[in-house]
Amino acid sequence: MAHAKTHDYHLVEPSPWPIAGAAGAVTTAVGLLLWFHDITFWVFVVGAAILGYVMMSWWYDIVKEATFEGAHTPVVQVGLRFGMVLFIASEVMFFAAWFWAFYNASLFPTDAIGGVWPPPGIEVFDPFKLPLVNTIILLTSSTTVTWAHHALRHGDYRGLKIGLWITVLLGLAFTAIQITEYAEAAFSFGGNIYGATFFMATGFHGAHVIIGTIFLSVCLLRAHRGHFTPDHHFGLEAAAWYWHFVDVVWLFLFFSIYWWGGS
Amino acid sequence: MAHDATAHETADHGAPPRGIGRWLFSTNHKDIGTMYIVFAIVGGTVGTALSFLVRMELAEPGMQFFGANFQFYNVVITAHGLIMVFFMVMPAFIGGFGNWFVPLMIGAPDMAFPRLNNISFWLLPPAIGLLIASVFVDGGITGGGGAGTGWTVYAPLSTSGQPGMAVDLAIFALHLAGASSILGAINFIATIFNMRAPGMTLHKMPLFVWSILVTAFLLLLAMPVLAGVITMLLMDRNFGTAFFDASAGGDPLLYQQLFWFFGHPEVYILILPAFGVVSQVISTFSKKPVFGYLGMVYAMVAIGVIGMIVWAHHLYTAGLSVDTRAYFVAATMVIAVPTGIKIFSWIATMWGGSIEFKVPMLFAIGFIFLFTVGGVTGIVLSNASLDVALHDTYYVVGHFHYTMSLGSLFGIFAGFYYWAGKMWGRQYSETLAKIHFWLMFIGVNVTFFPMHFLGLAGMPRRIPDYPDVFEGWNRIASAGSAISAIGLLVFLWLVADMLLRGKKAAANPWGEGATTLEWSLSSPPPWHTYQDLPNMEDLPQAQEEHP
Repeated sequence: MAHAKTHDYHLVEPSPWPIAGAAGAVTTAVGLLLWFHDITFWVFVVGAAILGYVMMSWWYDIVKEATFEGAHTPVVQVGLRFGMVLFIASEVMFFAAWFWAFYNASLFPTDAIGGVWPPPGIEVFDPFKLPLVNTIILLTSSTTVTWAHHALRHGDYRGLKIGLWITVLLGLAFTAIQITEYAEAAFSFGGNIYGATFFMATGFHGAHVIIGTIFLSVCLLRAHRGHFTPDHHFGLEAAAWYWHFVDVVWLFLFFSIYWWGGS
Repeated sequence: MAHDATAHETADHGAPPRGIGRWLFSTNHKDIGTMYIVFAIVGGTVGTALSFLVRMELAEPGMQFFGANFQFYNVVITAHGLIMVFFMVMPAFIGGFGNWFVPLMIGAPDMAFPRLNNISFWLLPPAIGLLIASVFVDGGITGGGGAGTGWTVYAPLSTSGQPGMAVDLAIFALHLAGASSILGAINFIATIFNMRAPGMTLHKMPLFVWSILVTAFLLLLAMPVLAGVITMLLMDRNFGTAFFDASAGGDPLLYQQLFWFFGHPEVYILILPAFGVVSQVISTFSKKPVFGYLGMVYAMVAIGVIGMIVWAHHLYTAGLSVDTRAYFVAATMVIAVPTGIKIFSWIATMWGGSIEFKVPMLFAIGFIFLFTVGGVTGIVLSNASLDVALHDTYYVVGHFHYTMSLGSLFGIFAGFYYWAGKMWGRQYSETLAKIHFWLMFIGVNVTFFPMHFLGLAGMPRRIPDYPDVFEGWNRIASAGSAISAIGLLVFLWLVADMLLRGKKAAANPWGEGATTLEWSLSSPPPWHTYQDLPNMEDLPQAQEEHP
């Protein structure tokens, strides 16, 4: 037993981040509770700060192990691929809940909203204005991230950086437009089922766009620091997978909520 | 692979770190598994205390302990349910045995993501902490505080019915426990798919590993839906949204649909690992390979798949259309087929075997008995027409305690006794364990069998008082609860006895029937196992026989 390992799996050193992350998570939960009940906002801020710090430190360690310590052997990379695919699968099921709520309300509108969808008195967005612009933006960004990936695989680091820059900027543009749209909404979040399903589904999608943009930004930073090689860059691939997932969710949102559900 | 073992590999991984940091910062699947098991024992003890309180209240008609505070009774049954599901059975099976034995059985040096493994565990103590905290807000125990919604947290009782902080705290507890489960599920699937030793093909994997694999998929697909639906609850409660508010176009039934889309897979999450444990134990103590290995594997897969599409049988009385009910009746009954395959294959495994009635085997056979009773009453309840009469009666309580709680619990004890020596290097006392088994077996049957009679007679669940006509069976059920409670005390004593005075466990105390990889290691196994990966082709011939 007491000799060095002869396999390629990664035996991770003990780490303070998981337990610190759990502490951050429970602080955030309590913070949300106190915030919801108008007691104080600041516990939530502290919790979110702990979580943010833990995430940065944890991923810093992973980048260090992967890039500088050679811990991510091919078999470890396969494990990471499984992990990312499964995580995205769980995210798909999370969105399934929101689409379920939307279709439950829109396919079978109740008497309380006159049996029609969208409910009377709800002035919905024109799907072919800002939502279509956002669709085009996200679809374009999915191609630019693929461009960046393929550039890297051919050793074209300039193409990698340009492609990622454009992708990140498109992600920011999407978020900016979504904020604009929210500000112009003629219906409220509370008090009606349309607003509830609309804002929660598109809101969680928006949160995922922001997370994906951060993920891609980190990859951009790593690209500038030369972390990626043409045959070892799973971080970038995971970010691209995540981005495509966010893109596909948007297509379903666009067709379901904005287009079909808006007419 | 240009991987030189230096730099980050301090020392040789031969010995655990000293001090509390070993546990707080652990990245070792065995240590994390041990923490899960300790947590499950604590959770189970708290959950048992709560159920004992319920049984003592119900021992006689009239109110014994709760007085006019029916809300507190509701809080107790809610906490009992949530704790037993999320903080006893799941941590014991998936976090505990799964962590310990999935890597050992497939010849992997650890889990795929050791840090993720640790946060999966460390999310649980804060989660149960939030649940406990919920009892002390909104006026506390005596002032109507706590989450009295039942473990299902149905709207609108959980929205407009109980404003205040308690239900929010319970929801956040579920969020943390759910996140823990999703991360754990990802970890197990990645480990099982990516880290099997050379020669350990999927069709050679021990059935316990298969059971965890199927369970992990159910967790991965069901838990996020729970996260979604309880987030809707939070929004309805705190931001005035209308998901479950019928007056604004929302739909309270949406809650039930989404909850049970999670909730039904959840009950299979609780029982599938028991199938896995029982398969190992029956095979070991019958000294035969499991009968019909491939049938057993795909029966579990089938149960997992069908288990995802039967959820609305919990909603028969909620106003579903006849067609919908017909589908869910048929789909639910179909589950009896793969379940029957499992029951009969276990019996066929014992048939003609050289059976040794060690305590793990007693619990495994007890499991088969209890689970079959629960399965048969499940077939009764799957009939939408019958369920109209039995819904929300003690018949249902009797049914699901036979399957989930007693089935799962007996699976947990079978696994505990089977592997305790392997995990901690000390052998339990066979005498104490036999006493424990008989107390539990008699206790749970005396507790739960009469509930079927009470339910058939129309006694509703979740009500702290009842007409005098139900007194007889309730007295008997409460007496059974006392027997089980004594059984739990014997178990706690046994654990202390084992750890303090237990004999050193042999590497393989069970003999030739124990053929899986963990028995090729010392007891307890070294801090890091399989620094050289095992090769299945090198194993003793017993393993070859194991299909």
